[in-house]
Amino acid sequence: MTAGTLNSGQARGDALMLAAAGSWTVEYANTLEPQVEAAASTEARTRSVAIDAAQIDRLDTFGAWLLERAMRSWTERGCETRLIGLREDYRGLFEKVHTGTHVLAPEPPKRNFIIVALERIGRTMATVGDDLVNLAQMIGALMIALKRVALRPWTFRLTSMVNHLERVAWQAVPIVLLITLLIGAILAQQGIFHFRKFGADIYVIDMVGVLVLREVGVLIVCIMVAGRSGSAYTAELGAMKMREEVDALRTMGFDPIEVLILPRIVALVIAVPILTFLGSIAALYGGGVVSWAYGGIEPAAFISRLREAISLETFEVGMLKAPFMALVIGMVACIEGLQVQGSAESVGEHTTNSVVKSIFLVIVLDGVFAMFFASIGM
Amino acid sequence: MQTSLKQPVLRVLDLVVDLKSHRVLNGINLDVFGGEILGFVGSSGAGKSVLLRTILGLLPKRQGRIEVFNVDLDQADEDQRQGIERRWGVLFQQGALFSSLTVGQNVEFPMNEYLNLSDRLMTDMAITKLEMVGLNPDVYWKYPSELSGGMVKRVALARALALDPEILFLDEPTSGLDPISAGDFDQLILTLQRTSKMAVFMVTHDLDSLHTICDRIAVLSDGKIGEAGTMETMLASQHPWLRAYFHGARGRTGRRAAG
Repeated sequence: MTAGTLNSGQARGDALMLAAAGSWTVEYANTLEPQVEAAASTEARTRSVAIDAAQIDRLDTFGAWLLERAMRSWTERGCETRLIGLREDYRGLFEKVHTGTHVLAPEPPKRNFIIVALERIGRTMATVGDDLVNLAQMIGALMIALKRVALRPWTFRLTSMVNHLERVAWQAVPIVLLITLLIGAILAQQGIFHFRKFGADIYVIDMVGVLVLREVGVLIVCIMVAGRSGSAYTAELGAMKMREEVDALRTMGFDPIEVLILPRIVALVIAVPILTFLGSIAALYGGGVVSWAYGGIEPAAFISRLREAISLETFEVGMLKAPFMALVIGMVACIEGLQVQGSAESVGEHTTNSVVKSIFLVIVLDGVFAMFFASIGM
Repeated sequence: MQTSLKQPVLRVLDLVVDLKSHRVLNGINLDVFGGEILGFVGSSGAGKSVLLRTILGLLPKRQGRIEVFNVDLDQADEDQRQGIERRWGVLFQQGALFSSLTVGQNVEFPMNEYLNLSDRLMTDMAITKLEMVGLNPDVYWKYPSELSGGMVKRVALARALALDPEILFLDEPTSGLDPISAGDFDQLILTLQRTSKMAVFMVTHDLDSLHTICDRIAVLSDGKIGEAGTMETMLASQHPWLRAYFHGARGRTGRRAAG
């Protein structure tokens, strides 16, 4: 097997004769191309050009196209071009390549990137409105599904709900405990470090207690749940949407909201308060351990101080927020899941959106609750 | 390096494949010769795709040997393996086009990875391939999501043919196409195979494809090759599954269609 070559030809009368030989195949395409280029660009003074292909022992589409390209460039300059002696069994291949147009339409013009960026900002803004509408629709659809289930309680998908409850509550317990424990510990450490300057170490317990029970516990848990379970909901529903499972449900006369979404959201509404409770306790525990080890506050002192610092109200504020946050996370996750279209990219995009939007809304909602509780004096 | 006719380009010897603890393939022996179109049939779930994926190295095997171009894939080093992968093309059932690349980039992808070609030649070749599979070169700039199912298959075929493979693996090439498009696709495969003389290993359920373009047919049943031979052998076989397959209602219409 020898590399393909194209010998620069000799003129015979008014005909230029070139000899092609060897393997005109993909392996030698990068060495053949310059030869073809060189031969095609030399000024042909003759009226006709012939390529003798008798010595070509292997030919594939790459070689066939290179021959064709050379011939085309001569033909364009008005030469008569012929290919002679090509082996019989390569004729079909050459013909196949020869009949193509090989003309590529120019790339569709790319738009100015400033305009593209502006357009994207505009579209994003417009989708904020859509998101609110979707959220309102989802609340409405959930209410209708709830009403239907309330009238016929035996239609509630209890098994499905318990299954989801296991995944979003039970299986989330270890990681939620670990993270909140660490957050509590860090809060206490920072508090002791700074409060010690004023000799106010003991107030760390007030800070940790109030902060954890009112804000941090529920927020951390919600962020965890949005990242862990909200994204799973979106991806699951998205995949089901992609494989037309949701459409199949609908054609059988089931309401996807009732069958798929209600059990998921109910599971979340049950799970988040439980996780918040566990998480808050773990955070207090973490704070207590650090206060003892790093701040030298005895556990007994910690507990008695904690009793004075916090009230049932502090605890209630955190716990009251939890189910509403769960509702928001669940709704956003399900809305995004049902918006998935066709491709694998779409699932990824909506899962990202789901997590980002639900964390954002959880924090906004937390701010609203802060104002609400402040105004009712809790 | 050119594989001459009547030389096996692919040999599967005594292949055993388990999926989890379930034995799917139990002693497969199969040869694919240069320049032939081998149709591979078997009931749904019999393990046709498993065999294809095992040959391609996507699934592990329990025992047996797979030789491609007389190279044992287990013994092959990295370079040999890459050399072999360069010489085969695969058309997946759903096309498996890279959704983040344009059609042109999809077809150029293998050339870009394996060959040191100028951009111009690469673009030219991508267009040549697209035209060979019967597409308008305008699709070059499109994304896979903008194509219809039949076009996706054609682009995927163009990508599989990008490096002028000597073996082409097709996983149910005509599934999901209407009978007319499926017939066109069969003819396309036949034309391309006849011009470039590659071997084609085609997993299929399409009786028309079997009748019209396959030189030889192999049947997978109970984890083994039940029968292999020409269409006439298949029709004459007394194997119960084969009788049901080729002499059932659909088999008869298929035969009539093929004339």
